[in-house]
Amino acid sequence: MKVVLQNLTKKFPNRNKKIGGDVIAVNNFNFEIPDGKLIGLLGPSGCGKSTALNLICGLLEPTEGHIFFGEDEVTNLPPEVRGVGLVFQNYALYPHMTVLQNIMFPLQNLKGDQKLPKEEIVRRAKEAAGLVQIDGLLERKPSEMSGGQQQRVAIARALVKMPKVLLLDEPLSNLDARLRLQTREEIRRIQRETGITTVFVTHDQEEAMSISDLIVVMKDGVIQQIDEPQEVYDDPVNLFVAKFLGTPAINVFEGEVRNGRLHIGGDDLMAVPGVPDKKVFVGIRPEGLEPDPEGTFGCGLVNVEVMGRDTSVVFTHDGAVSENLRAIVASGKRPAKTEKTVRFRPDPLKVHLFDHETEERIRF
Amino acid sequence: MKNSKFKGWLYLLPAILFLGIFMVYPLIDVLIYSVEEGYNFVSQTAYGYGPYNYSYVLHDPYFLQAVKNTFIIVVITVPLSTGFALLIALALNSIKKLKDLFQTVYFLPYVTNTLAVGLVFMILFKKTAYTDGMINLLIQFFGGQGVDFIEGPYWAKMFVMCFYTIWVVLPFKVLILTSALASVNQDYYNAAKIDGTSKGRIFRRITLPMISPMLFYLIITGFIGAFKAYSDEVALFGTDLNGAGMNTIVGYVYDMLYGTAGGYPSYASAAAIILFVIVLTITCINLMVSKKNVHY
Ligand SMILES: Nc1ncnc2c1ncn2[C@@H]1O[C@H](COP(=O)(O)OP(=O)(O)OP(=O)(O)O)[C@@H](O)[C@H]1O
Ligand SMILES: [Mg+2]
Repeated sequence: MKVVLQNLTKKFPNRNKKIGGDVIAVNNFNFEIPDGKLIGLLGPSGCGKSTALNLICGLLEPTEGHIFFGEDEVTNLPPEVRGVGLVFQNYALYPHMTVLQNIMFPLQNLKGDQKLPKEEIVRRAKEAAGLVQIDGLLERKPSEMSGGQQQRVAIARALVKMPKVLLLDEPLSNLDARLRLQTREEIRRIQRETGITTVFVTHDQEEAMSISDLIVVMKDGVIQQIDEPQEVYDDPVNLFVAKFLGTPAINVFEGEVRNGRLHIGGDDLMAVPGVPDKKVFVGIRPEGLEPDPEGTFGCGLVNVEVMGRDTSVVFTHDGAVSENLRAIVASGKRPAKTEKTVRFRPDPLKVHLFDHETEERIRF
Repeated sequence: MKNSKFKGWLYLLPAILFLGIFMVYPLIDVLIYSVEEGYNFVSQTAYGYGPYNYSYVLHDPYFLQAVKNTFIIVVITVPLSTGFALLIALALNSIKKLKDLFQTVYFLPYVTNTLAVGLVFMILFKKTAYTDGMINLLIQFFGGQGVDFIEGPYWAKMFVMCFYTIWVVLPFKVLILTSALASVNQDYYNAAKIDGTSKGRIFRRITLPMISPMLFYLIITGFIGAFKAYSDEVALFGTDLNGAGMNTIVGYVYDMLYGTAGGYPSYASAAAIILFVIVLTITCINLMVSKKNVHY
């Protein structure tokens, strides 16, 4: 089922009267989540991701705007009739119930003609447990399981009532790096198997990139960009998005466009046809700089870190805005550690220009 | 390893010494007193050892009355006060704005001296030459027949006694339960809400289990406290509790030691040991029940 958000806004009253004004946690959201897709809601801490999720599931009422599930408006419906499953950031498993009881709980709540016989409830709960591969742990209490196992229980509990929409609020934030990788594959697999429209909240860009069909990047309650992961990375709409995605982070410089050519510090980097003369921010992806003695971009060499297949070159430049400038280069082309300087040839596809005032992208 | 074990005991030593001197030794002493027959207070000698003191106490109508009173107080006040406290705490928890104010109001009796509260109750309930007391005036206003709650029939006195006991212990329980309720993570309620759980089911399956450790703590301490009731009785009915027919086991022990008919440490000890056994038994039963029903 597709989910449509229209002009969705949530304001929280500000407690501190002196500062005044409301906190706008979600500001005029307009987007459509296509049926059966997994979208990643990505943004830094406090940007309103959880608020957006709580609006979709109905725990919060929007200040303005509308929410549609399919063709039906659900804006004013209470959570239980929306048919959503929510996995909380801390899982919120009932600690006094066993895994099986936790998973059965949503089904036991059904009333009237939806009411299920006991055997059917157990059967469905076990089916959901099988889906997340925790069949062997059904009699355990949540405290007797690892974080990853708890997380699967939480997913099973959200899935057991066959929700139309599955919402996950930073479900991997409590796991260690390995388990996080494994579990995110798992979530992807489960989502594909069930075909449930899913919203996945995270502040980890790598997680969002690897798991989502579509990424929604937000900042301070405002959507910055909605696109496929690779698109968001390759074609950011503004400096914030460019900086937020990618590890190592994009290298940012102060630059200037003069007569259709891009200058950073004293270097005349390359032609940027059609860009009017002005000051700009220049973002260059680490993989967009290739060492080349003839290159147009002259930098100071700090360190060469070999990381298996690739090599990370740490360098400096006068025009740099971001700290820690890095280039990722193929091992064959890495400069010698003893060098004091290094020259790069920038790849025009990996160089992005941003307006110095608005930080919006300038295309060329 | 051995060394650290030794250290552990060393750190415990002050506590053990303290407990030994002030808890274990007196208990053993009382036990010895209770089996010494014909103990003489002045010469500090006894004829021998035997169960006579217990037999005497168990056949003393005053003691039996005290046991009966104590059990009635326990059975009525512990469940009622805990239940009321839970209701009040739930109500307080649902009206966030008034919470602080009400918490203070409900806590006032707790910080007020027992005897002062007793005095207020006297004014409310006692019949004097000048007035029948507030409650009686109310009863009469609604066309009922007034009773003397302080010096009247047994049931009336017991009613006031239980009312008073509940009143005195309520604030503490309300305070404990409101904080227990407030400490339940809101996410559990949100999760339940999304799953369409009814209010009653949320209470039974989530709230109650979550606060069960605190609830259980209140029930155990409530039992123990009610079994040891004494000062509340004095506050309402004065020191001649036997005369009022409102004595409790602890009151009986006190009377045997220091009362007008006092000076019988052996009987007092026997009664104290009986009380100890009762409280121990009830607490053990409580603990066993809790194993099944309390979720830590
Ligand atoms: N109940 C509330 N009252 C007032 N302000 C709130 C409330 N809930 C959230 N906010 C504010 O709204 C903004 C967005 O909060 P939200 O919880 O949605 O952030 P988030 O993106 O989920 O952050 P995180 O990644 O840290 O979980 C924050 O500035 C927060 O302070
Ligand atoms: Mg959040």
